[in-house]
Amino acid sequence: MRFMMLLKLDPTRVPQTGPDEKLMREVGELIEEMTKAGVLLDTAGLRPLDEAVRIRQVGGRQTVLDGPFAEAKEMIGGYCLLQTKDRDEAVQWASRFLALHGDEWEIEAEVRRTEGAEL
Amino acid sequence: MADEEKQPKAPGGATHDPDEQARRAVEAVWRIEAPRLVAGLAGLVHDLGLAEELAQDALVAALTQWPAEGVPRNPGAWLMTTAKRRAIDQIRRNERLARNLQQLGREQEIEQRLRSAPTEPAAPGEIQDDLLRLVFTACHPVLSREARVALTLRLLGGLGTEEIARAFLVAEPTVAQRIVRAKRTLAEKQVPFEVPQGAALGERLASVLEVVYLVFNEGYAATAGEDWMRPRLCEDALRLARVLQGLLPNEPEVHGLAALLELHASRAGARTDAAGDPVLLLEQDRSRWDRLLVLRGFAALARSEEQARARGLASGPYALQAAIAACHARAAGADATDWAAIARLYGALAAQTGSPVVELNRAVAVGMAEGPEAGLALVDALAATAPALGDYHLLPSVRGDLLARLGREDEARAEFARAVSLTRNRAEQALLRQRAGMQEPSQGPTMEG
Repeated sequence: MRFMMLLKLDPTRVPQTGPDEKLMREVGELIEEMTKAGVLLDTAGLRPLDEAVRIRQVGGRQTVLDGPFAEAKEMIGGYCLLQTKDRDEAVQWASRFLALHGDEWEIEAEVRRTEGAEL
Repeated sequence: MADEEKQPKAPGGATHDPDEQARRAVEAVWRIEAPRLVAGLAGLVHDLGLAEELAQDALVAALTQWPAEGVPRNPGAWLMTTAKRRAIDQIRRNERLARNLQQLGREQEIEQRLRSAPTEPAAPGEIQDDLLRLVFTACHPVLSREARVALTLRLLGGLGTEEIARAFLVAEPTVAQRIVRAKRTLAEKQVPFEVPQGAALGERLASVLEVVYLVFNEGYAATAGEDWMRPRLCEDALRLARVLQGLLPNEPEVHGLAALLELHASRAGARTDAAGDPVLLLEQDRSRWDRLLVLRGFAALARSEEQARARGLASGPYALQAAIAACHARAAGADATDWAAIARLYGALAAQTGSPVVELNRAVAVGMAEGPEAGLALVDALAATAPALGDYHLLPSVRGDLLARLGREDEARAEFARAVSLTRNRAEQALLRQRAGMQEPSQGPTMEG
């Protein structure tokens, strides 16, 4: 089964200096471990939200809005695309990912199965 | 996203019983860690059966402790330490394990090794080495193919005997027996728990790759309507192939096999129609091919070719088959297929394997690249030199196809009728029957998806 793990955070509730060197190294090690276990299909961290652009369509009309955005309560900081035997296994990897972050991080992983893709 | 109303989120799931959740978490961790745990323990006790027993003991301990205390930060290290500690305790208290070891005359040696093993978690490199030893031991040529497959799925794929039995359509006791006997054989023949060196490595690697390939094909041959356990074998095989890529990054055929499986898996969603009937490769809706798996297949194939070049080797059979699959994946539509390239690749593969089936596929590709006349000449030459192909339904089916394209309708229908009598697969029979009675020339060769 294929699962998308979305990492969500509130930018006001994480270290403003971003991840430190130790966290970066440990995330790198975990990513290597996931790759070697054959479960990681793809992963990336996303650039800050204030560089983002949003294209919104309402009633057939589109508006384009450049960041930074006023109401950034929750943003996606990155993702992992996993292939695991079942949901519990995907949850376990997500839990390991979160556990690398210290108490100064308020962070959430959302694990969702992809539509259709069985392999 | 922005205007989504945020529900207050309860930690954990909605209505999960906490005990049930804890048990499921422990089991998921177990499935993730079991191969490395068994491999690490086998590295210490040099006996697969014993290593698995010790690993199971650690699982029991985890099921008792983790639900109350939570999953430890490094569950793999916890399981390994616990397994070693419990083994030493058992030996000291002269329990079942000690008696087993006495029978083997290895009690002191094993206790010594368990005691002197470092207590800190093994470095990733060491774990990889142990895993690699486990792979080569589970796929050792002293074992039958069935035993190798069962043992590999059990120890490296983390499947239970019941799952393996369902996947291979055999009775569970049969699989359990196979695994027990395989472990016994390895112990009796005193197969060393090691990675083969030098020239032996290539030969032994072929046996490992074959096991993974067999597992994949078992799942790939199953159609959508069958038990879900069978298609899941494709997923298990893919995972094993990716694990092997990490374990043996310099072996071109390991990447070749991974590329082949990724590319074949990419077509999974297009191989059957709404009714569950098979759709031939050239008739598949390519928009349903999985782009991610296609790209992973290309990447693995590039790594394979790079490693082969670095070592001055020609592409091996898995890399060649992957290159053929890549030709199909690169074509935006069936009519854009580079048949000349495919014919060349089949030629190289036929030279390596000497397989008449490969030669038949080459004839199909030549028939597409240079026209039905050229294809038919090859098929007829093949029929004359490889009598074994006479009972293989694809020979008359390919021949019928080429004849139909040459406008020789009656001969074509006769070939299809012959093919019907040679296949036992009902879906293929239906397809061939239709062609045996059809009027208009065909759209292409009957290549399998």
